[in-house]
Amino acid sequence: MGKLTNVTSLTGLGLRDWLVQRVSAVILAAYILFLIGFILLNAPLQFNDWQNLFANSWMRIFSILALLSLVMHAWVGMWTIATDYLKITWMRLIFQVAMIVALFAYLAWGVAILYRGF
Amino acid sequence: MAKQRPINLNLLTIKFPIPAIVSILHRVSGTIVFFLIPLLLWMLQTSLSSSDRFIDLQDLFNGFVFKGIIWLFLAALLFHLVAGLRHLLMDCGFGESLKAGRCSAWTAIGLAVILTLLAGIWLWVN
Repeated sequence: MGKLTNVTSLTGLGLRDWLVQRVSAVILAAYILFLIGFILLNAPLQFNDWQNLFANSWMRIFSILALLSLVMHAWVGMWTIATDYLKITWMRLIFQVAMIVALFAYLAWGVAILYRGF
Repeated sequence: MAKQRPINLNLLTIKFPIPAIVSILHRVSGTIVFFLIPLLLWMLQTSLSSSDRFIDLQDLFNGFVFKGIIWLFLAALLFHLVAGLRHLLMDCGFGESLKAGRCSAWTAIGLAVILTLLAGIWLWVN
């Protein structure tokens, strides 16, 4: 079990996972609060304001930073939950691998959205 | 370790202290957010693709079920955010005593409930 635990964790080092989860949490919190603030300040939200926001280079960088943070944050979080509750090794492995693949798909999809149709 | 200690794993009779409930809800809310991210990405894609599709998405928000799912997402996200901030404060050394932990756990629940209600009002009034 110890071996599998290390194989599927984000960095293979508990303390590093711990730090990555917190740094990514701060980035995600900043992104969420920014988006909530933008939507509230521009209510009722118009298409042009919304599209102009995501046309900015800094917003695309901020968004990709948030997506990368999401991948790492959810990886550590879902990994922890899986190791606590999924006691059968093959079930845990399948869940963790599927979760990691899904997170990379989220990232790829998000990047595709940000760089298409502008 | 003694093997004869009494063990109670009955979820209906175990008494969960409030920090334990906040901890479990933090996990549940994070899992809900994880599974709803595809919906959020689809909404981002739709909202940015064209003015017409942006308006289609706004129309979708008028539906009760869709609004309900968005509210569930916001409830999970806001709770996860508030409980996460509590964790970060504790990591920085604030409120680590048992009493402060109970107090901040209640505060996190209260704050998340208020924010979720505000989000609900905003969703249903707009």
